[in-house]
Amino acid sequence: MGDAGDGLVMECRDLHKAFGDIVAVDGVGFTISDGETYGLLGPNGAGKTTSISMICGLLEADAGEVFVDGERMTTRSVEPKRAVGYVPQDIAIYPDLTARENLTFFGRLYGMGGDGLKSRVSEVLELIGLAERADDKADDFSGGMKRRLNIGIGLLHKPHLLVLDEPTVGVDPQSRNAILESVERLSIEGMGVLYTTHYMEEAERLCDRVGIIDSGKIVAEGTRRELVDLIGSQDRVRVVASGDLKSAAEAVDGLPSVVEVGEREGGLDLIVGGAASNLTEILQKTTGAGAVVTSVDVDEPDLESVFLHLTGRARRD
Amino acid sequence: MRAAFLIARKDLRQRLRDRSALVYGIIAPLGLAILFSFIFGPLDDAAFEAEYVIVDEDGGQISEAFGEALGGLEDDGIAVIRTVESVEVAREQVETGSDAFAGDDVASADAAFVIPEGFSEAVLAGEAAEMTIIGAAGSELSAQVAYSVAQGFSSELAAVDVAVRTVLPDAMAAIAQEGGTASGVSPGAEGAPGAVTPEMLAALLAQEAASTVNPITVEDVSASTKQLDSTTYLSAGMAVFFLFFTVAFGVSGLLEERRLGTMQRLLAAPVSRSSIIVGKALTSFALGILSMTVLVVASTLLIGAEWGNPLGVALLVVAAVVAAMGILAVVAAVAKNQEQASNFQAIIALVLAFLGGTFFAIAQVGGFMATLGLFTPHAWFLRGLGDLQGGELADILPSVGALLAFGLVTGGIAWFFLQRSVGRTR
Repeated sequence: MGDAGDGLVMECRDLHKAFGDIVAVDGVGFTISDGETYGLLGPNGAGKTTSISMICGLLEADAGEVFVDGERMTTRSVEPKRAVGYVPQDIAIYPDLTARENLTFFGRLYGMGGDGLKSRVSEVLELIGLAERADDKADDFSGGMKRRLNIGIGLLHKPHLLVLDEPTVGVDPQSRNAILESVERLSIEGMGVLYTTHYMEEAERLCDRVGIIDSGKIVAEGTRRELVDLIGSQDRVRVVASGDLKSAAEAVDGLPSVVEVGEREGGLDLIVGGAASNLTEILQKTTGAGAVVTSVDVDEPDLESVFLHLTGRARRD
Repeated sequence: MRAAFLIARKDLRQRLRDRSALVYGIIAPLGLAILFSFIFGPLDDAAFEAEYVIVDEDGGQISEAFGEALGGLEDDGIAVIRTVESVEVAREQVETGSDAFAGDDVASADAAFVIPEGFSEAVLAGEAAEMTIIGAAGSELSAQVAYSVAQGFSSELAAVDVAVRTVLPDAMAAIAQEGGTASGVSPGAEGAPGAVTPEMLAALLAQEAASTVNPITVEDVSASTKQLDSTTYLSAGMAVFFLFFTVAFGVSGLLEERRLGTMQRLLAAPVSRSSIIVGKALTSFALGILSMTVLVVASTLLIGAEWGNPLGVALLVVAAVVAAMGILAVVAAVAKNQEQASNFQAIIALVLAFLGGTFFAIAQVGGFMATLGLFTPHAWFLRGLGDLQGGELADILPSVGALLAFGLVTGGIAWFFLQRSVGRTR
């Protein structure tokens, strides 16, 4: 990797990792610049967490390299780890300690101390909305509060790269929104963020660039616009219907304008080339197959459409 | 090392806060030591004293000699001896001795020696002679002592008898030549040299038997043979037994970090893996030393345990903590999860404590079990404390060395495995 001065906070190249016969990561590589939020988007089991584990020095790569702030990251690295703030997917806090004690302990591990640590802990407690519960044991917190503390620990030492592994899984909408706002603020402050999620709307809202990972490989990468352009002028059509949806899906799948069809509860999801001119035909086929259509929504292409297009399947929650 | 201290400090705060270490490290061992010392402690202090009665229906020289031998017990403060006139009276007093509700003013006895008529004659004639001992129910120990006294006297009589018969011809020859007496034994009425009369033989036997060495000897052996009194033994035993639970809180912390998911954070932090392991070891060490120190001080103050030279005790405590850390670290290294580790550690703690004589002095059983005990830190710790009681500080060095060897060998094995397993986050 080049100098830190080139604006790159992290670069990983051709990462490979297998567990026995199972290939978890197969040639993953991407970069993150200062102040950039990079989304690693993919279904469960796609290789997101394994990639992140190698980037954070938790797991040794079978092949490939990771550089953080210009220094190579391995499991034995010490200095590169100072530049990384890691927020694991599962809540990783000490329940017997208070929020303040949790933050203080990890702050000290990262070399902080004295008044600087105290004021930073207070700052982070404010940021994650736990200032009033700072001296309560973490065990007494709600799930959302624990999640916020989980994130607070990761960003306490003002890392150059904040790595968040699906931080909003199982979080109530209010806490989720607070988390997303925090990440947006950090990015504005110049922190590089690596954000993994399988929620398309989060990736769309937060990420400057997105890498779509599936079966251990990055199948597409770019800004939201670039990714959407990959599927051209295709629209996403949601047909709300009842009746024989299976037959309806089979019927519309044969139409030349229909790129992808997904059957879901209460209707069909379609990727259609030129929805405006082909919608009548689609509806005719649908009703003709025995489905009763109650409404139709036509959306511009989004990451969900891109994902469906690139992986050939609906995302697995 | 800074990271290791930080981790240890955090762990200690957690352990003290959840109170589990306090329960295992101090409350349980101290409570049990106090309880056991109340139960077993009095055995140390209670002086043995029995009340015996003699029924001498014989009235011969041998029975008189036996009475004199029993007098030796009285002189030693072991027994009170009284003579009663009949077997019935003796039996009545022994029965009274069996009655726990009998008043102190009622004559009673723990055992009675009944010497039948013709006892001395039978002994002198080399025929079978029988002495009966009646023991009180509930005074088994006193009855056993009475039996041992009679056995000892009987054995001595047989030995004297043989000896006298062997040397007498020469002695009598000498007496005859000098025309005087030997050992206060008068020659026979006939005065013929070499002729041994029954009276002469009886006098010799009685003289020798009366000087029989008391078969029961009681002396304070605690200093000379380096044994712990029961209170100290129980305190030390409980302390080292629970040490294996207390120390586990530290080394098993690696598995707890994995369970909580915080191991990922530690591995992602700028600290070496060695620091994480050392941090957990420091926690174990601190908890072990704290627990043992509190127990030593508390048992000394509360129940009068006598641990011995403080420097020696400190050396043994440190060595025992190191040994426990090593053994439990191996468990933590190979266990798949915290629950499995806890089960393994409990089993190991119990087995080692049993073999090591924590619950009772298995070394006194001797043989294979005593040898097996040497493969436990518990045995070496208790042995070291015993050596400290009557010996020099240097006497405990073998025990300290053995304990440290346990710790270093098992700790080395644990380090090898932990270096590999610490990277596991799940």
